[in-house]
Amino acid sequence: MAVFINSVGSISSQKTFDNSEFLDEITTYNDNVITVIDPNYRDFIPPVAARRMAKGIKMGVTASKIALNEAGLENVDAIITGTGMGCVQDSEKFVSTILDNDEQYLTPTSFIQSTHNTVGGQIALSLQCKGYNFTYVHSSVSFESALLDAKLQLENKEATHILVGGIDESGAHTIKVHRLINHIKEEKVKTASLLDSKTTGAVFGEGANFFVLSNEKLDNGYAELLAVSIYNTLPKENLQETARAFLKENGLCNTDVDALILGNNGDIEYDTFYNPLRKGLFKDTQQVYYKHLCGEFNTASSFGMWLGAKILNTQKIPDIVKLNDIKPSALNKILLYNQYRGENHSFTLLQKC
Amino acid sequence: MSKGIAITGMGIISSIGNNVQENHASLIQGNKGISRISKIDTMHKDAIMVGEIVYTNKELEVLLGLPPDNNYSRTALLGVYAAKQAVANANITKINAYKTGLISSTSVGGMDRTEKYYYDYLENESHRKYIAGHHAGDSAQKIAEQLGLEKSLVTTISTACSSAANAIMFGARLIKSGQLDRVIVGGSDCLSKFTINGFKTLMILSDTYSTPFDENRKGLNLGEGAAFLVLESDALVAAENKMVLAYLKGYGNANDAHHQTASSENGDGAALSMQKALNIAGMECKDIDYINAHGTATGNNDLSEGRAIIRVFGEAVPDFSSTKAYTGHTLAAAGGIEAVYSILALQNNIIYPNLNFTTQMKEFQIKPQTKLKDKELHTVLSNSLGFGGNCSTLIFSKEQ
Repeated sequence: MAVFINSVGSISSQKTFDNSEFLDEITTYNDNVITVIDPNYRDFIPPVAARRMAKGIKMGVTASKIALNEAGLENVDAIITGTGMGCVQDSEKFVSTILDNDEQYLTPTSFIQSTHNTVGGQIALSLQCKGYNFTYVHSSVSFESALLDAKLQLENKEATHILVGGIDESGAHTIKVHRLINHIKEEKVKTASLLDSKTTGAVFGEGANFFVLSNEKLDNGYAELLAVSIYNTLPKENLQETARAFLKENGLCNTDVDALILGNNGDIEYDTFYNPLRKGLFKDTQQVYYKHLCGEFNTASSFGMWLGAKILNTQKIPDIVKLNDIKPSALNKILLYNQYRGENHSFTLLQKC
Repeated sequence: MSKGIAITGMGIISSIGNNVQENHASLIQGNKGISRISKIDTMHKDAIMVGEIVYTNKELEVLLGLPPDNNYSRTALLGVYAAKQAVANANITKINAYKTGLISSTSVGGMDRTEKYYYDYLENESHRKYIAGHHAGDSAQKIAEQLGLEKSLVTTISTACSSAANAIMFGARLIKSGQLDRVIVGGSDCLSKFTINGFKTLMILSDTYSTPFDENRKGLNLGEGAAFLVLESDALVAAENKMVLAYLKGYGNANDAHHQTASSENGDGAALSMQKALNIAGMECKDIDYINAHGTATGNNDLSEGRAIIRVFGEAVPDFSSTKAYTGHTLAAAGGIEAVYSILALQNNIIYPNLNFTTQMKEFQIKPQTKLKDKELHTVLSNSLGFGGNCSTLIFSKEQ
């Protein structure tokens, strides 16, 4: 049974919250940590509720509402989220208060909201959705785990419509300590020259990308989700054969792929993982990247899927995301590949619908 | 009626034992693992009681043969320890011979290190090795590595106190759909200042032994632990002539959609998850012989869960008990630990007592089983309920 991406909702460092646009205007940065362009959250969340919410919760709830609205649905059968770091702002707040005040004068709010499933729970609460509600928290495959779970349930007709999303917010202390271990680039980098940096570390970002996935195609559906697969390890020398096997399982080969969306983040040490595909199997394929637009975060690949869905839906590839000049003859199938620091790899396959 | 998923191995570490046999012995003898906290320096140490695991981090590192410069959190150490037992119990020697995955779960993750070195990181280089382990998937990544899993489906679930039950549920889905031949499922959580203070601010920590389902219950005892099961496909079980410990027959997850932390008055979510699990199992209420309740001993949980049980089972509520008075509430690991206890109950035809119960709750008539009871068991239902309204039910059975 086919699974469709029927709608999207994206909050990112680009103005992506308006679904009528597709990277029409690019916001450029010259930094090593970037934040999202906020929509007017008041349009989506009652102010009283929003006041208590950390940014990630606001981003997640809002992105989910944008996706739900676009699908024209009032509710869904299940809510499945992915987040690498969870509600890191509330976690930092609670830890620092424990340490600063020697375990005294604590209030429960930040503890309550620090659990990783807060966004999923808050969406359920606002929709009064009593269905299945899961949160995956496994680094750079957090979102793909959620995607796989949703896909299996839709194929098995356990649900008709599922909200699936990836959310990660930046936290000040988390940024600070990740600078110490050089996971963040020391120097500021311009958006357009991320892959020319020749340095280690990434430009950290944040964002929330939600999708309504269904086992029926709604009007204006974006794409079909053909397959998703995750791997805890994947040596470089196995990348091509694994990609080939993944495509073969879906009755396809490398020449069937019209565009390859890659998770390059400008870290010279780990971007080499993309080379076997870039220089081998897909050297004659249109290659696309996106982390110069949204930054690196554990669920940045959900922005990658947003990009893939938008490309298939509009049949256009914005120049800003192109990695080479190979013009595809058609835009029917897109393969996504992502990894973070050499671990937690994923392949996702989309098709025009 | 759907077929059950074969369970071929289990492993556990909790405050009442470092392996399956020790846990079973403590359960039978009524030995609880609740004490004053010794391994965390907290100002609340005289005001709370916890279910603390005997081994120190150093001892666990030695037992696991880790190099001194390792960067394992306690959650990862406990997780590896329990997962290795489960794999050995299932007689798995070549883990990559079949398509094998790992679905772990945690709520605390590496918080024990984060809170210890939070400011130290900024000043001092020596503990910075732990920073890369801040994300919640770190412990599962390490478990996978220690089990030798390569190019495999490895992920982590975090849905607060229902996490491990959900990991078991997702694992079953992966076997059923043919994505995997074999999957190691469960969860791990260690004690931390973070959770001690968090539950303290919610005013749901008991200052003495917790008393699940008792009218005068004062709150929960936090615990730590890890437990994992091995689920295998029928084809693998047949090919390898595997011994099956029990079957996962049904599972259900629902959201209470009531409040971020509190359960609804009538247990809407819990009632739904139990009904869903019964439907998947193709069973009726009368088929359930024993309920291993979530039963945390907070005012809110036990009332809400008790009412949910009555809503689902009506007049004929099966024998039920909470084992949290033995182990404390091990948060994300609880669903895994109680899955092991449910399987042990089936294997031994025994219902474990709900310790420390003295006074009947006013709001309803149902009373937990307070004495060890011999009874021919065919089916056990286990509940796990968590923050974010997350409600999960698993049904274990002797028969497929």
